[in-house]
Amino acid sequence: MEKKRAVVSVIGKDQIGIIANVTTILSNHKINILDISQTILQGFFTMMMIVDMTGANLEDLQKEMDELAEKLNLKINIQLEDIFQAMHRI
Amino acid sequence: MSITYNEMMETIRMVQLENLDIRTVTMGISLKNCADSDFSKMNQRIYNKITTHAQHLKKTAEEVEKEYGIPIINKRISITPIAEILGDATKEQAIEIAKTLDNAAKELGIDFIGGFSALVHKGMTKADQTLIEAIPESLSVTERVCASVSIGTTKSGINMDAVRKMGEVIKEAAERTKGQNGLACAKLVVFCNPVEDNPFMAGAFHGTGEGEVVLNVGVSGPGVVLNALKRHPEADLGEVSEVIKKTAFKITRAGEFIGRVVAKRLGVPFGIMDLSLAPTNAMNDSVAEILEEMGLERVGTHGTIAALALMNDAVKKGGTMASSYVGGLSGAFIPVSEDNGMIRGVVDNALSFSKLEAMTCVCSVGLDMIAVPGDVPATTISAIIADEAAIGMINKKTTAVRIIPVPGKSEGDMIEFGGLLGRAPVMAVNGYGSEKFIRRGGRIPAPIQALTN
Repeated sequence: MEKKRAVVSVIGKDQIGIIANVTTILSNHKINILDISQTILQGFFTMMMIVDMTGANLEDLQKEMDELAEKLNLKINIQLEDIFQAMHRI
Repeated sequence: MSITYNEMMETIRMVQLENLDIRTVTMGISLKNCADSDFSKMNQRIYNKITTHAQHLKKTAEEVEKEYGIPIINKRISITPIAEILGDATKEQAIEIAKTLDNAAKELGIDFIGGFSALVHKGMTKADQTLIEAIPESLSVTERVCASVSIGTTKSGINMDAVRKMGEVIKEAAERTKGQNGLACAKLVVFCNPVEDNPFMAGAFHGTGEGEVVLNVGVSGPGVVLNALKRHPEADLGEVSEVIKKTAFKITRAGEFIGRVVAKRLGVPFGIMDLSLAPTNAMNDSVAEILEEMGLERVGTHGTIAALALMNDAVKKGGTMASSYVGGLSGAFIPVSEDNGMIRGVVDNALSFSKLEAMTCVCSVGLDMIAVPGDVPATTISAIIADEAAIGMINKKTTAVRIIPVPGKSEGDMIEFGGLLGRAPVMAVNGYGSEKFIRRGGRIPAPIQALTN
């Protein structure tokens, strides 16, 4: 199967349980996290993850993340990694 | 990480805060093999061919949009100029084809279909004449069909008989849609040096040198360029050019990538990437505001053309390396009604009709989405077209006129077109006539610039 990697970005007001909630959804979908980076900038939580999407259903995942984003008032985006490669690397 | 944190943030910021999007993926479809002396057969073939080839266009584009998180605003179709397959059909039959195209567009859920067109820059065939006669009614009874007419090229000169005719066609189209402020004219472009692979409306058509089916892409991104410049308020103009180049590179790479993915999934060859900055009425998504960010108090003042030339050139330089196949119009658009900064420039009396004309010398494409008083005579509209065509012909570039003489409105009125077409202040034109010049007719010979062999 073709390897498919995606960037998951989470941005919003810092609060308890963001990482726990997001990673629980990922693990329920059997999605492996390859890399993770997180900072808090002026009270704003930002997290970037690179995940292995091979075999996962992007649409279902997106739906669950949307629900979580709404509940915790966050912005969660899942974008296939190639677009970042295309834009920033020659 | 293979991609750095900052790079990820930059892409996300561009999309979410700065309106980076793919303005259009446009599928070009040849209709040459739909021609038939039996009209109803031809009509059916046109419908079938379009709806078959493009059946997955919208769905596929939406999937890609979702997976990569970059919005694709418009999904469109361009077709062989209809005059080329019209043969002996009548005006009524040509209007029938326009309706067929409209139905196909609605069936497919795409916003515009371009190519209700004729290329008459040197002469007019019977079919060309039929099509041009059919334009006003066709555009008033359809919603999504766009028409264009080529009236001049550097190689052939300017067909002034066609220019005269188009002045009348534009007036009639406006009159037929006076209840909607002459909306039909917003779907009609008159070209000099048109390109065959333009993905942008209203002037898209699938040219004679094109294959069966192709996918062309146009990106947007004035907002991204504007914000990049805001981060360099004290840079000199050489550095400004550099910032625009780098930004244009990234925007174009995103567009090219998304275009290729859509083309691959549809099983269609990727055609070209159009390097154009296309503004929208969204906050800060304005070409005019980029020029103002460079240091002009208002767009239209002295310095505007220099700033525009710098910007247009930098976008091309940045974009060229980012795409394998650059084509289409590839230059900044300066539509008045679709750019909040332009609208403000006109309202504040900083931006005049003449300045807009001058601006078209250094960028794409021409006098675009300009509202003028409804009582402007057809010959004046023709003369405006002739001027713009002359700029294109002599400078070997594409120029176009998309002008709306709004019935019953006069200078200073604000006209709402809605949606992507925006709103436009009615601009004054020169009150002195050009009637005799237009009435002379004939053809302005190809200029010396044409003799390049």
